[in-house]
Amino acid sequence: MDRNPGTSRRNLLRACLAGALPGRAAVQGKSKVVISRDSSLRPSGGAVDSSRLLKVLDRAIQSIYDADSPVEAWKRIVRPGEVVGLKVNCLAGRGASTNTVLVEAVCERLQQAGIPPKNIVIWDRLNSDLESAGFQVASRKDRIRAIGNDASGYETDLAIYGSVGSLLSTTLTRICDAVINLPVLKDHGIVGVTMALKNLFGAIHNPNKYHITAGDPYVADVNMLPPIRQKLRLTICDAITPQYEGGPSYMPQWSWPFNGVIASRDPVALDYTGWQIIEQKRAEKGIESLRDVKREPAYIARAADAQHKLGTNDPNLIEKVEI
Amino acid sequence: MDRRAFLKTATLPCLAACAAESAVAKPAANDAQFTIEARFYEKLPYKKIKCKLCPRECVIDDHERGYCGVRENRGGTYYSLVYSRVCSAHVDPIEKKPFFHFVPGTMAFSLATAGCNVNCKMCQNWEISQSRPEQVENTYLPPQSVPALAQRYNCPSIAYTYSEPVVFCEYVLDTAEAGRAAGVKSAVVSGGYIQEEPLKQLCRRVDAIKIDLKAFSEKFYKEVVNGELKPVLNTLVNIRKQGTWNEIVYLVIPTLNDSDQEFKGLARWVKTELGPDVPLHFSQFHPEYLLKNLPPTPVPTLERAKAICDAEGLHYVYIGNIPGHPAESTYCPKCRRVVVERAGFAVRAIHLNRGKCQFCQQAIPGVWDGLLHL
Repeated sequence: MDRNPGTSRRNLLRACLAGALPGRAAVQGKSKVVISRDSSLRPSGGAVDSSRLLKVLDRAIQSIYDADSPVEAWKRIVRPGEVVGLKVNCLAGRGASTNTVLVEAVCERLQQAGIPPKNIVIWDRLNSDLESAGFQVASRKDRIRAIGNDASGYETDLAIYGSVGSLLSTTLTRICDAVINLPVLKDHGIVGVTMALKNLFGAIHNPNKYHITAGDPYVADVNMLPPIRQKLRLTICDAITPQYEGGPSYMPQWSWPFNGVIASRDPVALDYTGWQIIEQKRAEKGIESLRDVKREPAYIARAADAQHKLGTNDPNLIEKVEI
Repeated sequence: MDRRAFLKTATLPCLAACAAESAVAKPAANDAQFTIEARFYEKLPYKKIKCKLCPRECVIDDHERGYCGVRENRGGTYYSLVYSRVCSAHVDPIEKKPFFHFVPGTMAFSLATAGCNVNCKMCQNWEISQSRPEQVENTYLPPQSVPALAQRYNCPSIAYTYSEPVVFCEYVLDTAEAGRAAGVKSAVVSGGYIQEEPLKQLCRRVDAIKIDLKAFSEKFYKEVVNGELKPVLNTLVNIRKQGTWNEIVYLVIPTLNDSDQEFKGLARWVKTELGPDVPLHFSQFHPEYLLKNLPPTPVPTLERAKAICDAEGLHYVYIGNIPGHPAESTYCPKCRRVVVERAGFAVRAIHLNRGKCQFCQQAIPGVWDGLLHL
C-alpha cells in the first residue's frame, strides 16, 4: 500500500472494516447496474419532484442490495459512527451538476440509517463550484457539511499509482470513512464520458495533468489510489437530465430528460452502461460515435484490466436492471 | 522537515518581506487581481477555446483549465490566473539558475508562480510547478513593483524561474518591460515548450533565456516529461535567430538520458544549429518527485558527457551541481586560461576585459558588463 500520511491506526482499522462491508467489496459474479427512472420526475417540466426522486433512489438501492426497505439497504452501505462523504460533481454549475434534490434524498436516507448530520460531508474540488451548483458551503461540524478541497486542503505527501502522482484531498483521507460517489451522466470533450471513475478526479490536486490521451490510463490509475479504492462504497449517477454532447460544460441543447438514476457498486460496470446510453442517444440524434470523434473512453476498459480490476466492462458480466 | 514544509517556510518570509517593503505589493486577497485575459489563444464555437501558448494546444471547455492548471476558460474567454500571483521569491546568485555567461557574480531577484506545461518525473519544484495557484500561498506583486524590489536587493536582473515562466508569460512580458524601463535585466529559466509567437515576444523583452533541455530523445520527452523534444529544439533555434542570450542545461539522469550516443547527438546538433559558443551545462540529478528509484548521477558520467561535447568542438561545456569541480569555471577556448573562476555559486575572479580574455584577447560570448558580446 502506498504511504498515506493521513491514515491513523484508527482510520486504518476503519478502512479495513469498510473493506469487509458489502458496499465496495470485490464484485463477484455479475455486477448489477440498476437504472431507475420515473417519467413524471418533473411533473410540470420544471423542478424535480423530491418525493418522486426519493422513490426512484429507493428502488435503485433496494434492488442493488436486495433489501425490503430503503433503510435496510442503506444500513448495509454505511454504519453508525462512520463519516460519509458524498462526492458530487459541480464543475458545470446548475444544469449539468449533481442535482441538489438527489443529494438531499441521499442525506435523508443516510440519517435514517443512523448517520447523524454531523457525519455527512458533501464535497467537491472548490467551494465556488459547490455554490454554483446550488449547495450552500457549510463547514460547521455539528451539521451536514459542504466543503471544497480548496477549503479543506490536500495531503502533503504524494499518493502514487502507475502513471499518477497526486496529493489527495484531506476530506477524503482524514474526514471520510466511506464515500458515496454522485456523478452526472454526461459527455466529456476530452475523455469521452464522465461518470463514476472520472468524478474521482475531484479528489486529487492536479486533475489538469491527467486529461491527456483521453484520460487513459490516468482515470483508472487515480481510482487505484488506496484511499479512493478502499472508501468508495457505491456510485449513484445523476441521470435526471444527462448530456450526450458538449460536456462537461452545460449545453442544454444537448441534454435530454432521462428522469432517473443509475446505481451500482461496480463503477466500471456503471460507466460502461452509462457510456452505452450516451452512444445510443448520439446515434439517435445522428451524431458520430465517440470512437469516430476520437473520444472513446478507453479508460473504462483500462479500469477493468488485469492490473486494475476495478470492475467489469464485459456486458456478459453486467446485470443491467431497468426499473 | 519535509521539502514542501521547507519550501513554505523558506519562501514565505521573503515574500512577506517583499510585500512589506514594496509600496504597491499587497497580500494575496482575491482572485480578480491575479486574473487577466490570456494573450495567446483562439476562440472556438460553443465557448471552447484553443490555447496557443505552448505546443500542446489544449482545447478547453467552459469552466475548465489547461494542462498547466493556471489558465481557465470562463464563458469562452481564456484567462491567466497567475498574473502578479507570485508564490516564490528569492534573491539568488545568477549562477544558481545557472547562467554562467550572463552578469556573473551578481544576484538575481528570482520569482515564480504556480504551474507548468509539462510534468517531469524528476521535477525538484513539483510542489509549486504541479500545483494550481489556489493550492499554494501567494503574494500580489504587480509588474511595476518588481524592478524596484530587485534594485532594493542589489539585483541587476530579475529571473523568472523555479516553475515554468511560459505559463505566466503575460506577467513575464510586462515585468520585463517594466524592468527594462528601470534598467533591470530579465532572465528566463524555461523548459522551452512554447509556441513561436509568444517566444518572439519574450525574446524582444528579456535579456537571456536558459533552456532546460531534458534529453535528446523523443522517447524521454514522451515518457518522462510528458512533452515533445522537437518544439524545444525549435525554440533553441528561434532564440538564436532572435539574438537573445541563451544557455542550455541538461540534467543527466542515470540510465535514462546518459548514453554516449545521446551526448554525441546533442553536441553535434548544438554545434550545427546553434554554434559552438552556446554554454552547455551538464547537471547532476538527485532523486525527486516521481523518480526516486534512481541514484544521483555519478560524477564520472558528467565528466564523460563533457568530454564527448568537448571533443565535438563545443567551447563552453560545464558540470553543475558538483561544487568545487574544475568544470564549473569558464576557460578561454584559445589560451585555455580560466577567465571566470567559480566555486559553487560563488564567483572568485573574472579575468575579462570588455568581453575579452585578459590574457589573449579572445572574445568570450556572453553578457558580461551589461552588454551582449557575441
